[in-house]
Amino acid sequence: MTQQDIYLLSPEISLIGLALAIVILDIFVKQKLITQCLIGIGLVLPVIFSVLLWNGVGLGGDFDAGIQTLGIFNTLVVDRFTLLFKFLLIGILAIVIISSLSYVHRFEKIKIEYFSLLIFSTVGMMMLVSTTELITLYISLELTALPMALLIAIPGTRLSSEAGIKFLILSAVSSALLIYGMVWIYGLTGTTDLVEIFKSVALITGSTESSSTVPFGNYGILLGVILMIAGFGFKISSVPFHMWVPDVYEGAPTPVTAFLSVASKAAGFAVILRVFYGSFSNEVLSLEWSMIFAVMAILSMVIGNFVAIAQKNMKRLLAYSTIAHAGYIMMGLTVVSGRMEVFSLEGASSVVFYLIGYAATNLAAFVAVIAISNRTGSYLIEDFAGIGRRSPFIAFCLAASLISLTGIPPTVGFMAKLNVFTSAFNGGLWWLVMAGTLSSVVSAYYYLRVIKIMYLYDPLENVRIKADPLTLAALTITSLAIVVFGIYPTPLIKAATVAVEFLLIY
Amino acid sequence: MDGLTQHNGFSGLLTALVFLPFVFALLISVFPKNDTQVRFVACVSGLVSLILSIVVFAAYNRSESGFQLIDRFNSWIPIDTFRVEYFLAVDGLSVPMVLLTGLLGMVAVLASMGITHRVKQYFVLILVLQGTVFGVFTALDFIMFFLFWELELIPMFFLISVWGSGRKEYSAMKFIIFTFLGSAFMLLGILALYLSAGTFDMTALPAMLQGGLKLVLPAGAIFGLLFVGFAVKLPVWPLHTWLPDAHTDAPTAVSVMLAGVLLKMGGYGMIRVTASILPDVMSDLSWLLVAAGVINVLYGAVITIRQTDLKRLVAFSSISHMGYVLIGLSAIASKSADAATVGLTGASMQMFAHGTITGLMFLTVGLIYDRTHTRYIPDLGGLSTKTPIIATAFLIAGLASLGLPGTIGFAAEILIFLGAFSVWAWPTALAVFGVVITAGYILWMGQRTLFGPINDRWSSLTDASKLELIPIALLIGAIFVFGIYPSFLTDLFTMGVEPIVTMSSGSAEILSR
Repeated sequence: MTQQDIYLLSPEISLIGLALAIVILDIFVKQKLITQCLIGIGLVLPVIFSVLLWNGVGLGGDFDAGIQTLGIFNTLVVDRFTLLFKFLLIGILAIVIISSLSYVHRFEKIKIEYFSLLIFSTVGMMMLVSTTELITLYISLELTALPMALLIAIPGTRLSSEAGIKFLILSAVSSALLIYGMVWIYGLTGTTDLVEIFKSVALITGSTESSSTVPFGNYGILLGVILMIAGFGFKISSVPFHMWVPDVYEGAPTPVTAFLSVASKAAGFAVILRVFYGSFSNEVLSLEWSMIFAVMAILSMVIGNFVAIAQKNMKRLLAYSTIAHAGYIMMGLTVVSGRMEVFSLEGASSVVFYLIGYAATNLAAFVAVIAISNRTGSYLIEDFAGIGRRSPFIAFCLAASLISLTGIPPTVGFMAKLNVFTSAFNGGLWWLVMAGTLSSVVSAYYYLRVIKIMYLYDPLENVRIKADPLTLAALTITSLAIVVFGIYPTPLIKAATVAVEFLLIY
Repeated sequence: MDGLTQHNGFSGLLTALVFLPFVFALLISVFPKNDTQVRFVACVSGLVSLILSIVVFAAYNRSESGFQLIDRFNSWIPIDTFRVEYFLAVDGLSVPMVLLTGLLGMVAVLASMGITHRVKQYFVLILVLQGTVFGVFTALDFIMFFLFWELELIPMFFLISVWGSGRKEYSAMKFIIFTFLGSAFMLLGILALYLSAGTFDMTALPAMLQGGLKLVLPAGAIFGLLFVGFAVKLPVWPLHTWLPDAHTDAPTAVSVMLAGVLLKMGGYGMIRVTASILPDVMSDLSWLLVAAGVINVLYGAVITIRQTDLKRLVAFSSISHMGYVLIGLSAIASKSADAATVGLTGASMQMFAHGTITGLMFLTVGLIYDRTHTRYIPDLGGLSTKTPIIATAFLIAGLASLGLPGTIGFAAEILIFLGAFSVWAWPTALAVFGVVITAGYILWMGQRTLFGPINDRWSSLTDASKLELIPIALLIGAIFVFGIYPSFLTDLFTMGVEPIVTMSSGSAEILSR
């Protein structure tokens, strides 16, 4: 490791330091406040490092603004695409930690380890979004998944243990599929580096006589790519790899569910963009895999939205909603260069924009649900009755996030959907957009039903629901993001556009 | 032809018109201490909006047509692949609609003075609703238009489901799902136009399409997608089933807004978007318009006769009257530009007329319901002896509704029939029978509720109070002023629809050559 490597990895290193420090500190210091302050400071540091990296300050002249830099034997890249996702992931981590503070008292034994596991998992995701090489990608993925399985099982109840085991086994299966796919690609190309793969894949598909008749130009690549899509499909909770989602979401501690639904989805899509735009972006291939994503998108939207209607538990409802949203985001993946008259990255940038908007929206929903259920002790939708009267602010934030999930203006969810639909339409897939808009109509029914129950039905008891100031701050920030970026999304879209330009270099 | 005249500038009047209701809604949600202050602020807001809409009406320069009072800047979302502008302006078509919204907004606020349940939230939502409708009628960027179109759903959902009556939750959900479904199709149409032309600017699209723009979908498909969105709102049979439920279960003021201005968004969209951007397709499919219109008129009217709930009766009569709008629009296929202009002007006029007439009807039905707590027609009767003012207002609305000369209803319907007859003689003749059925159900309803022997239960009814008289007077004034001197409005509408007709008949000439 050179000095530059340490500098490039400074956000991750500082987070790992934080994760270790709080565990050690917990042995000696019993005051909660000190630990909390440490976590607070510890989360600011990686943000500062990331900002420094974004501006490209330091390490002489070879690190100009906007130029991506490789680190650690060319296995990791730090560019604005990576950094945008690092900001997003740290932001998600911060909000999840805030909403966990009032939640951890439920765990009997494990308290501080919970936070350090969360941080470890985030570090895994931050590595994941910056990988340029398949082995590193696989290791980062495992670093993300293993702490997550522990986090899910932490409460030790029957439901959560079951969810933990389920997650562990299925993520092992998906990893196996993924690595088998990687092996095929490696076998055919002789390299694990994404750029090198791109070059050899172009040679292989270009040289084969049968490239016009065989899908993907080569059966080996076909198998490899499909296995990799299956592996990633688990991470982004897309149909038909979604079976684990409702059970795990229901069984996991709610802050972990929130984390799972936004952070691992963001990281999953980031790595899909990185791999598919990096290695498999030539025209023949991209037309093929974009069609796979299109079919998966339709299935996710339809199944997610229709099954969500029947849910009685808020966490399961949000689980099916997250499946549906994986479908909307995948619509952006279908817009590849092969479909466009002029080359454009608008599909990728709409994915990034959607991920950020979805993170704000879903976090607001989960923070509100956590705050409510901390008092009511129930996740049943019918027990949300009268929340509008018991806690007007929390109910308002939850309603805003549900409206944003539906895609009604003036929320960021509307702008994100509009952006994805526009780019998918531009790619010529009008039928996909039609499926998207129509399934949004279906989703209006179950999202609005929750709002209706919150505002129209009489409360079960007339006790006001109060939340601690930090939770309220988290709610305020996320809800403001929903509305502000719903009215003026330009900065986010611009950031996403800048970020995805780096996908080309890599 | 240089059709790409750029409209630029920032006069600020329309921005104030659209966003002041939102500002007042914010004020209401923050400052007032008690319900009286809330009502006061809401009244001020309603009055300011009314005055501003009259100012817009007066400020529109009738000596030159086209878009005026432009508020535009293009740095809202200036991304290359997704360029959205802030663009508000009015032309002859939207000026009267703005006036109608201002008028009915004032009426709705005044009609809501009796609300005692969650007063603050109620008025916030009513004002937001008014702001979004102003937005729909003035926005000329497609995304802005769509944004306001969708934004209107949230206040309506809460207004119906919280302050409504009967099966209010079912009706509110049905309203949302239907409208949302329509706008899902509409969004596809909008995106198709955007991807063909590269702009969301509604004013630039007509000329671009005349210039032979290549569309990403067949023009007929785009028309269908857009039309479904507007047809749900108007509503066109068979997409109308949400309307009787929503109207019946909504509180009085919301019914006034719903029938008065929200339905007009559908008709307005048909003229502003489908007719002006795709006039050729609209001409080709005018048989569809006239067929749907005749079904709407006759089916609506026949169903209306059988209603026993006063509000449901008015709701179904709305479906019938919106059919005339479609018939008026079908005149776009006319060979003669004059007939087409008359038909489209009539359609627009019918929207304004129906807004005032049905607004007054729902208002008086609401007043009757406040006093008797029933809307069941057989229970009522002889109300005119106890509440002469309300009964008179109700009857005036009814007579205007059946198109009595001298009222605004006559002016609208005669224009529609004149315009459509030249193209679709027989269907128009059939639709004229709708007027006869209308006369039947209006007079029969009047006889059963207002006249005849009085039910003993109603012996202690009181007539309209002074406060209740203000909205009644406003609407009756509008019905007669524009009924006796319709050219005050029709001149404006004609200015608004003339460019569309010129474009449509212009291309027809090219085709016939």
